[in-house]
Amino acid sequence: MSPQIPALILAVVGRDLRLAVRHGADTLGAVLFFVLAGALFPLALGPSPDLLRRMAPGIVWVCALLAALLPLDRLFGSELEDGSLDQLMLTGLPPALVALAKMAAHWLTTGLPLLFAAGPLAIMLGLPVPVLPVLLAGLLLGTLVLSLIGGMAASVVLGARRGGVLLPLLVLPLATPALIFGAAALDAAQTGLPWQPDLELLGAFLAAALPLCPLAAGAGLRAAVE
Amino acid sequence: MLDGVGLALDAGDALLLTGPNGAGKSTLLRVLAGLRKPEGGHVLWAGIDALADRTAHAGRVAYLGHQDALKAGLTLRENLLLAARAAGSDPDEAMAALDLSGLADLPARMLSAGQKRRAALARVMLARAPLWLLDEPSLGLDSRAIGLLEGLFRTHRDTGGIVIATTHVPLPLAHPKSLVLPDPNDAARDDARTSLDDAT
Repeated sequence: MSPQIPALILAVVGRDLRLAVRHGADTLGAVLFFVLAGALFPLALGPSPDLLRRMAPGIVWVCALLAALLPLDRLFGSELEDGSLDQLMLTGLPPALVALAKMAAHWLTTGLPLLFAAGPLAIMLGLPVPVLPVLLAGLLLGTLVLSLIGGMAASVVLGARRGGVLLPLLVLPLATPALIFGAAALDAAQTGLPWQPDLELLGAFLAAALPLCPLAAGAGLRAAVE
Repeated sequence: MLDGVGLALDAGDALLLTGPNGAGKSTLLRVLAGLRKPEGGHVLWAGIDALADRTAHAGRVAYLGHQDALKAGLTLRENLLLAARAAGSDPDEAMAALDLSGLADLPARMLSAGQKRRAALARVMLARAPLWLLDEPSLGLDSRAIGLLEGLFRTHRDTGGIVIATTHVPLPLAHPKSLVLPDPNDAARDDARTSLDDAT
């Protein structure tokens, strides 16, 4: 049984990726939201390059956080509605690994496209190009954290009435450490201070979330199919 | 909801669960599948508590719920791929057994209700599990498909498999055992009467 587990996880991820390609508009929605929301800031704040450059880290991070929230509602919701969650729970994978596979699929369909869009958005806001690697490294860790925390929250609110409203209320407070460290690293890099400690803290946060969030999400999934 | 229900089956047995709407037939199936924890009582598999390790128990059951659990955007073959991968079985074989071969590359959204039901039954077959738990398996099936179902049941039981099915219509199962769940409203009335008796 156990040598089969990685193959099964890959099969669940592959199925989700295939679904994401078939429903391309839904998948691109989060990225388009990210770019559009980021593009609103120059319109609202005025075109002052200094102001935008100073605010760019915060803008990119907050927009990424909000964009990653968008598809979470459907991550497990659609599986519960059509009975697929029952079948997923009966594939022979422990529930925590079912959750982990879904979180990985969320990152591949939301986090990874956000990384690609973040560069152009940051340049548009006037972030200096040498700082871009710090932004992308931070976002790489940050989007992984968001997929883990978001997946956990999505499984916890699964089956609850108005789960979609509850979801951001659960995810946003839990994701604040990622936001703080990620944006602080960028700030430090822009002002020439060492940015490594912030990214290391972000990495530590990811290391803690990696085992804990799937376990909690697995328990949530079990409770949801009851 | 369910109280005082007991059943025991041997390899090759079939059980028909009947009873009025809301009697708890689906709940009982979900408990047997390990999807739901009973508030009391035991599920034993070969004398061992089956629900102690629900992930291991999942390997023993194939469950067909009242929903077909097909993704509208995926083709029929893609829908069956995960179950096939989990059990190491061949989706084409299962589709052929349920007369679905010609539809393999159609998106599930284009299938009719009966075709979707057959696809869900193909997934049950793919699981290669000894215990089939079927919630109204014949829902939406035409007489030809019922004939296919009869063959599936026979092969499964001949190889030592067990079928437990809820139904409101006759199913093509030879010599099934039968369990009729009582109407919960009657039970509630009985309970009320019992507690009154206790009070007096």
